[in-house]
Amino acid sequence: MLKIQDLHLSFGGIKALKGISFEAVPGEITGVIGPNGAGKTSLFNAISGFYTPDKGSVHFDGRDISGLGPDRRAVLGMARTFQNIALFRGMTVLDNIKLGAHTRLNTTLWQALRYFGQARSDELALRRDIEERVIDFLEIDHIRKLPITMLPYGLQKRVELGRALAMQPRVLMLDEPVAGMNREETADMARFILDVQEEFGTTILLVEHDMHMVMDICTRVVVLNFGEQIAEGSPEEVSGNPAVIKAYLGAAA
Amino acid sequence: MINGNLKSSYGSDERIVNNGYKQAFVYGSFLCLAAFALFANDYMILIACQVGILLVAVVGINILTGYTGLISLGHGAFVAIGAYAVTILHNAMDGIVPDALTALIAIPVAVTITALIGIIVGLPSLRVKGLYLAVATLAASFIVIFIVENETFAGYTGGVVGINTPVPNLLGWELDTKREMFIFISVSAVLALLAGQNLFRTRVGRAFIAIRDRDYSAEILGISLLRYKLMSFALSAAYCGMAGALFAYFYARILPEQFELELSLELIAAVIVGGMGRTLGPLFGVILIVLVPELIKVTASVVTNGDTASTRIIAPLQEIIFGLLLIFFLLKEPLGINHIVDRLIRAANRWPFARG
Ligand SMILES: Nc1ncnc2c1ncn2[C@@H]1O[C@H](COP(=O)(O)OP(=O)(O)OP(=O)(O)O)[C@@H](O)[C@H]1O
Ligand SMILES: [Mg+2]
Repeated sequence: MLKIQDLHLSFGGIKALKGISFEAVPGEITGVIGPNGAGKTSLFNAISGFYTPDKGSVHFDGRDISGLGPDRRAVLGMARTFQNIALFRGMTVLDNIKLGAHTRLNTTLWQALRYFGQARSDELALRRDIEERVIDFLEIDHIRKLPITMLPYGLQKRVELGRALAMQPRVLMLDEPVAGMNREETADMARFILDVQEEFGTTILLVEHDMHMVMDICTRVVVLNFGEQIAEGSPEEVSGNPAVIKAYLGAAA
Repeated sequence: MINGNLKSSYGSDERIVNNGYKQAFVYGSFLCLAAFALFANDYMILIACQVGILLVAVVGINILTGYTGLISLGHGAFVAIGAYAVTILHNAMDGIVPDALTALIAIPVAVTITALIGIIVGLPSLRVKGLYLAVATLAASFIVIFIVENETFAGYTGGVVGINTPVPNLLGWELDTKREMFIFISVSAVLALLAGQNLFRTRVGRAFIAIRDRDYSAEILGISLLRYKLMSFALSAAYCGMAGALFAYFYARILPEQFELELSLELIAAVIVGGMGRTLGPLFGVILIVLVPELIKVTASVVTNGDTASTRIIAPLQEIIFGLLLIFFLLKEPLGINHIVDRLIRAANRWPFARG
């Protein structure tokens, strides 16, 4: 489904990724971990099409998508959230989530200008769908009309997840979804991520520093350190791996 | 919080005119327009037509600059293209197509031509932003004016001395008075505003706003920057082309110099002063940029009392005064007139419980 092959990426002299290869487990959660600056976000950016790798390829459904821009990849069914939240801050929660459904709608410019007719029925169907599948699901009914700026950080993260869900993605990439959250918020978010995987069968890639969460919900874990892929395996295998322990202890020391 | 805003279905929640005040405002406005057409004097009709024509163009600028976040200093050229295109089309169809149909063919064709040229002028927006884009669009507008003035095409455009414009005939209704033109212009302006507003209830308008607010996250949602930036350019150009068509029909003669940088700046100024990215921003802005210079002019003529010597001193001062007023206004109210209106409405809603 999503297959990364020998991905190399550099920024000037900095080698951010040095030959990353793995496959996301279909319908399951695959964790990507590593100390700060390991290259996790760079990997996501290369997968979603923001950065062009120096070498290597990304395959989606057996098709090489390395040459496609981020918008084309989204159309194919890839969604993501950002480490530092990239919501449209002036808009309401509802409008942000509606934006997620952009590629699922077919309203043309001409229909949009007239509104009555096709555009209206598209919008009403969208609203109903979003209310049920995203707003109720993520328990954000009470804030749907609020602008993003009025929301606390934890809820903003949840809305960003909601926007990605509105895309009905086949692959969902989450970059540190619980960073900066307290215990309770973290538990909520972990539950939502598991629910997404179970209810919609979405293939999920998860970058996270919270080890408990990664070990709890991931079926497979890929470990990066200084741009290198130092381990890959089940959570148990990875947590017992000496190279991984050394990388984490080295980072902590 | 607006009172009395409880909704019982998604449909009613998705309406534009979603509360009693807005309904009253909309219907009241239509009544005022009708009364105006019947009772206003010729001078008022003239001013209102200027407002209406500019409004159509500024609604387009609002889509491009206010909602998509792309700046253009060249949209005066699209008004020119619309105006010249209808004029040339009328001349070309003269004697071939029945008079009653000419305008109905010329307008859509002219608007389409303008939109297509808008796509070409919009191409730099894929690479550059902000000031660079402003300069690129400015350059494009110089080229358009250059072509209009050029001797080679003077047979069609009239060149620097301008060209006489046709009187439109809509299925036998000849719009040969300013009052009849007012009806046509105000219907066009209302439809322009309405269509512009509709856009932002759908995925197309949301995509524009997404590009304005953060273009990389727009892409991640599957919004093609190429497609939507060019769409925004085409659409804003089409609105300006429509304004140009109305302009040609309204005045007896058009001259290339009427569409130069000054017009482009006026369009931008109107949307900034009125409130960018707001539905009624263009309306407020256009009323201000048309009425204030007019008021200054009237005041000046009262002061000088028709004396030619002092008129010569006062005339250039008028523009300076207008410029200073604009600067002062933007310093005091950077979010535009629409923001003042918002505050008044909020205050009215709270009354009599609290002020502010
Ligand atoms: N746009 C960029 N330009 C230059 N260097 C970059 C850029 N993005 C990332 N880097 C560098 O690439 C390396 C990997 O960074 P990246 O953000 O991918 O790490 P990360 O694993 O996501 O870290 P964190 O856990 O802190 O989010 C770092 O050395 C970083 O400084
Ligand atoms: Mg990161």
